[in-house]
Amino acid sequence: MGLDHLDDLYRQVIMTHAAHPHHYGECEDPSVRMTRYNPSCGDVIYLSLVLSTDHKIKAIAFKGEGCAISKASASMMTDLVMNQPIVKARQLIQSFSKMLMGEKSEVGDLKDAQLLAGVQQFPARIKCAKLPWQALEDALAEQGGS
Amino acid sequence: MHINKNDFPILQQQMHQHDMVYLDNAATSQKPQVVIDAITKYYQLSNANVHRGIYELSQHATEAYEQARDKVTAFLHAQQREEVLFTRGTTESLNWIACTYGIANVHDGDEIVLSYMEHHANIVPWQQLAKKVNAKLKYIALNEDGTLNMADAQKQITSRTKIVAVAHASNVLGVVNPIKKLADLAHQQGAVIVVDGAQSTPHMPVDVQQIQADFFAFSGHKMLGPMGIGVLYGKRQLLEAMPPAQFGGEMIERVGLLDATFQPLPWKFEAGTPNVAGAIGLGVAIDYLNQIGMDNVQQHEKDLVNYILPKLSEIDGVRVYGPQAANHSGVIAFNVDQLHPHDLATALDQQGVAIRAGHHCAQPLMHYLNASATARASFYIYNTMADADKLVDSIMATKEYFNHGIRSFG
Repeated sequence: MGLDHLDDLYRQVIMTHAAHPHHYGECEDPSVRMTRYNPSCGDVIYLSLVLSTDHKIKAIAFKGEGCAISKASASMMTDLVMNQPIVKARQLIQSFSKMLMGEKSEVGDLKDAQLLAGVQQFPARIKCAKLPWQALEDALAEQGGS
Repeated sequence: MHINKNDFPILQQQMHQHDMVYLDNAATSQKPQVVIDAITKYYQLSNANVHRGIYELSQHATEAYEQARDKVTAFLHAQQREEVLFTRGTTESLNWIACTYGIANVHDGDEIVLSYMEHHANIVPWQQLAKKVNAKLKYIALNEDGTLNMADAQKQITSRTKIVAVAHASNVLGVVNPIKKLADLAHQQGAVIVVDGAQSTPHMPVDVQQIQADFFAFSGHKMLGPMGIGVLYGKRQLLEAMPPAQFGGEMIERVGLLDATFQPLPWKFEAGTPNVAGAIGLGVAIDYLNQIGMDNVQQHEKDLVNYILPKLSEIDGVRVYGPQAANHSGVIAFNVDQLHPHDLATALDQQGVAIRAGHHCAQPLMHYLNASATARASFYIYNTMADADKLVDSIMATKEYFNHGIRSFG
């Protein structure tokens, strides 16, 4: 039937995140907001963050339009970086990006998000998985925090 | 109509261990062997720069290039070959008009009228023009079924309108617009009509005189020809009055230190070495289509749409955009409930079916339809009823796959 290969992409955990995404919505009084588009398909993510004075991510939320992969990726990412120091969040972004490129990284740190490694076999979909992480990276850069 | 699928070597391939069903023809079409051969033969036997050499080889290249222009002239039913300019494609053709005719004729407070179903290539050049000259952009509304609202067209096109720019056929909705009627409305107000023919020229007979187009643009690659060649048709008196969009070799008559004079039409617009192989390939694509007959091409797609559209609509949770089958062209945009078009397209690809998913370079239309993206299947001469069945079957299998997946983790 030809769809078995899809299991590498649409793991059950991924589908659960996509169907019931965590931290979906908007933060109250966010320190920074970031909108990122995927120009090849029209998907959009709106990310909002509350940063604390001790350089931690106190709250994070996302909303937008996207496929199962981009939604799951955003949901997993928000789980990972919630209450984490900004420095740690930046490391996670690096690890995730390396994983998608097939490079070695400390995937253990990525928890559920390491299941998205399967997207490597679907090159057209890498952008979908990356969009939320790009938005987070840009939000942190805009904030200039370290 | 008989089309030999073997004429198209690319379609003989397998994708993910399935016979490939190519349904992204609105993006680009596949090429028959005769077109591929013509390009190869040109480079093997006739390659030389055109309109320059005294030697025989250059003469051959020039003749072949100009013959291609004659084929396009006849294909569009243009009055004269001087009205047919070779460009890189529809996008370049439309940009040329905006940055030459547009700058010269659209002024502060004037209006440019588009429709909500335009491709970005027929929106953004006009936005840029409007910003430069402080003109106003207006959009013709659509009816419930996606067809153009002609009552609104009449309202939007006024005495301040200088340009009406609309698609002949939509790349999303499967709608064919009544260009002749729009041309009449434009002409009554002293405006010109620019027709984006990218989605019509490959699929139906086109007669630029009958539809009263002032400008008409299309691309070769969507009609069996190579990429990088397209056409801008313009009425002679308009082209005569227009300055060229680009300057360089080929288009000049005489160059001094401070000024230059230009060649007559059509060469005045064709600066630099043109895409000779592309033009020749397009000419052979036109021969191929003419052999089938454009009426037959259109009928074949009508038959496919009449067959597949009801079947698609019947699938639980499928929403098809655009008019009913009888008035729907071979471009079918749709969505499946609870399934993002990306996920659908990836799953169809796994079954060998290539469709498009996304905004189709028509974000204002997506916004208008209140959809962030859609799936799109688009048919052409080499597609069969079996391809159409494969589309439906693979959508069903995909629905089953995702429903099953979601149920299992409740």
